[in-house]
Parts: sequence; C-alpha cells; structure tokens
Amino acid sequence: MSKPRNLVWRHRKAKAFEYFCIAVTALAVVLLAILVYQASVLGIPWLDMQFIDSFPSRFPEKAGIKSALAGTLWLISLTAMFAIPVGVLAAVYLEEYAPPGRLTQTININIANLAGIPSIVYGILGLAIFVRFFALERSVLAGALTMSLLILPVIIIASKEALRAVPSSLRQAAFAVGATRWQVVRAHVLPAALPGILTGVILAMSRAIGETAPLIMIGALTYVAFVPEGPMDEFTALPIQIFNWTSRPQEEFHELASAGIIVLLGVLLMLNAVAVFIRNRGTR
Amino acid sequence: MVLAVETYSFLQTVPLTDFLFGTQWTPLLVPKSYGVLPLLAGTFMIVVGASLVAIPIGVASALFLSEYASDRAKRTLKPILEVLAGIPTVVYGFFALTYVTPLLKTVFPETQVFNAASAAIVVGIMILPMVASLCDDAFRAVPNSLREGAYSLGATSFEVTTRVVFPAGLSGVLAAFVLAISRAIGETMAVTLAAGATPNLTLNPLESIQTMTAYIVQVSLGDTPAGTLAYQTLFAVAAVLFLITLGLNVLANYVLNRFREVYE
Repeated sequence: MSKPRNLVWRHRKAKAFEYFCIAVTALAVVLLAILVYQASVLGIPWLDMQFIDSFPSRFPEKAGIKSALAGTLWLISLTAMFAIPVGVLAAVYLEEYAPPGRLTQTININIANLAGIPSIVYGILGLAIFVRFFALERSVLAGALTMSLLILPVIIIASKEALRAVPSSLRQAAFAVGATRWQVVRAHVLPAALPGILTGVILAMSRAIGETAPLIMIGALTYVAFVPEGPMDEFTALPIQIFNWTSRPQEEFHELASAGIIVLLGVLLMLNAVAVFIRNRGTR
Repeated sequence: MVLAVETYSFLQTVPLTDFLFGTQWTPLLVPKSYGVLPLLAGTFMIVVGASLVAIPIGVASALFLSEYASDRAKRTLKPILEVLAGIPTVVYGFFALTYVTPLLKTVFPETQVFNAASAAIVVGIMILPMVASLCDDAFRAVPNSLREGAYSLGATSFEVTTRVVFPAGLSGVLAAFVLAISRAIGETMAVTLAAGATPNLTLNPLESIQTMTAYIVQVSLGDTPAGTLAYQTLFAVAAVLFLITLGLNVLANYVLNRFREVYE
C-alpha cells in the first residue's frame, strides 16, 4: 500500500523544518565566530611584550595596556573583597535563616529585579553616591564599590540556587544529631554548595571585568599613565582603554583596540574555563 | 532614591509634559530644549532592529537544541552559548564599527558612519545567546509525555514541534523576549560606539541617532559639574530608563507565572 500523498507532504515538511532549524543554528554560530575572528585578527601583529608593558600613548606604536591591566586588577580585587562576602552571606541568610513570609519574598523579588537593571543606571548611582556624596572622586575605591553594587544581585542569586540544591535530608540529619543552625550551615550546607557558589562568583567577576559603562559614568575615562598604588588613586581599566581606542578615527588605534580585545577575551575565557571545571568536578 | 531626588529637581525647571512629549533634545546647545522623545525613538529603533535579528534566530536555535540536536551537539553548543553571552559589550561595539558598518556601506552607499542599523544588528547578535538559552530551557521543561502522545497519534516532528512543544513553552518564550528587550534597551557601549550621538526623530535606520544610554555616556564624558541642569538631565533620563526596564522585568515575571502550564 502506498502512502497517501498528504502524508508524504507532511513528512517532507517536517524534514524541511528540521533542516531549517539546523541551518539557523549554524548561522548563529558562524555569525558569532566571525565576530570573534574579526574583533581579534587585526590585533595579532600588535600583541607583544611591549604592548603589555607600556602606558597608553598618543603614538600607536608606543601605546600599551600596562595601566589598564593594573587598573583592572585593582578594581577586581577590591570588588571581590566587597561583593563576595556580602553576597554569599546575604544568600545564606535568605536561604537558611530568613523566616518564610511576605518580607522575605519581597526581598527575593527585588533582588531578581535589581539583576535586570541596566549597568549604566548603576553607574549613575555610583556617580551620585560614591563619587559626589562620599567624595571619593574618581578613585579605584569608587569604581570597585559601584561594581560591587552591580554584581551583588548576580552573586546572591547564584549562591541562593547553589544552597537550594543542597538536599534537605543533609540538614535534617545534622539537626537530628543535635547540631545548631550555625553548625549545620558551616559544616554541611556550605561545603556541599561550595562548587555552585564558586561558579557563580567567578561568572560574576568575569561580568565585572568586562563592564565598561558604569566605569565611564564615574569618570574613569581619563589619560592615566601610571599604575595605581592605593585605593584612592585614579585608574583606567581594560574595557575602557578598548572603548577609548575604538572611538578614535585612526585605523592604528582600532588595531590596538583589537589587540586589547584579545587580552580581555583571553582573560574571560580562562575564567569561564575555571568555572566549568569547578562545576564539572562539583556535580555529584 | 537618588534618582528620584535629582529627577524631581530637574522637573522643577522643566515641565513634565515638555520632557515627555517634546520632540527636540538639545540640552547641551543653545537654544536648550528637553524633549526626551528623540532619545526614546532612538532606543525604540535599536530594540525593534535587535528583536528582528535575535528573536527568529534565537527561537529556531532553541528548537534545534531542545528537539533535534544529539546529546553531543548539545554538550558542545550550550557552553559556547554561555561563553558568548559573557563577551563584553564593548567588543560588540568594536565589531559594529569596524565590520558591520563598512558592510552596510557597500550595500547601501548612503549609510552614515554612525547609524542605527549597524548598532541594532549587533545588539541583536548580542542578545541572541540569551534568547536561545532561555527558550531552550522553556522547551525542555515541556514533559516528554506530551510529545509521545502527539507522535502516537501520528503527528510528524514538525507538527509536534509547532503545535505541541511551542505552545506549551510559550510562557517561557514570551518571558525570554521581554527580558531580551529589556537588555537591549539598557545596552550601552555597542550603541554609543556605533549609533552615534545625534538625537534624531527619524525612522531611517541608516541615519545617526542617539539612545538614552548613549546620551548618558556622552554627558558623563565631558566634565559636568554637579547641580547644573545638564547634570540633572542625566538622572531624569536614567529614571526613564530605570522605570522602563523595571516595568519590563516585572512583566516578564508576571507572564511567566500567569501563563505557565503546570505539569504533574
């Protein structure tokens, strides 16, 4: 018995749609591959020790990213110092201690909404609060505090998810043998949730490394030809240097920007690899 | 809070109706004029363009990932998506300016150096991983029993995908769209670099425009002293931006909860 024509047509349509989906996905991947390739290929000839070890300059052949790298390093260390303890502790409170109720729910919803606010709005808040009100000027400290505000919701949400994934049987067993709440959290819940928390923290830090807009808001887009020596010094950062070079008309500076992008993407890729590694080792 | 105070003092000098419905935005030039519409229009154009790029491609890739891809393909594609979602936006801005704009110029010679189309395309590419990944989660949450039920009635894979899986995952897909749009509105660096700095009430994507975010960057690049009206415009524009994105996020949550199908 031969298949009815209608059925043949329907199966053909199904196959066609499948190929369509494959093609579109391939297109997306190719697009993104072109992006990374285009953004980095220009810069390869510029990438050498001199580029890493020089200060920005009006002359492209002498310019480098020393102060930008140092600034990013300062910024990230300070941000980590502020944001990680506060974020993780807030998550522990919300998941393990907070009494379930309207208030806790409101806080949770608010944190989720805060995570969706554009980074530039955080930049404006940083400008008004840290730079002007606390008169921290354009210091690394002001930048790090702003950045901490930005990534706090991300850290809290990731840590909360990691804590929630710890089975309650673990908690109940510890309570059953007479442990206090603090002992339960410290000795059982936190170690079990650690891989998840670490992954979230690393991803949040990589977000902080790539953020440009809030730093521009607080005024980090200045010519800085020195390495910051304390938290009150002016600074510049890698994405800002890239922005600066990209916005110049000369072709050479675009190539420099592209070299900067290679360094930035390299750092981010490394962080991502570490996060994936921790996650794979931690999943049981 | 801070936003509210500064916005309030801004509205003391500039009436609310002028701010919301004025069609000229020239706060830094004389004659000064504070109509936010051109900035909103610029942002709107970027959002529409970006959605046109990201939504069809994102949904189709998500369908591929959840319905057709082998386990191995999934295991390679998912991490790639995650990494791409983490690329800093300034990199996308660079890409727009040095690659997309020249490409557009060869197709449409009247393209300006800074133009909305190139920024919109790049923002679309930027939110693509997010759309794909959220939609994929939504489709994957559809229980297999639904698919098996449809197949056993003789449906083809196309019919199962479009008439069973897609409607069942619709709440997640809609929420993904709303979140993606909110991200496109807040996007700053790519738009500042590629779309230009001319507040322009136009519908021509090849012209230079300015978005709300790009305006904020433009003002803060110059040294604007606190307390002046120009400084206050920053907060007024940021307040508009904040309210829009907050509204969209709340809407996404609502859609997700309201239209979610609960399966046993």
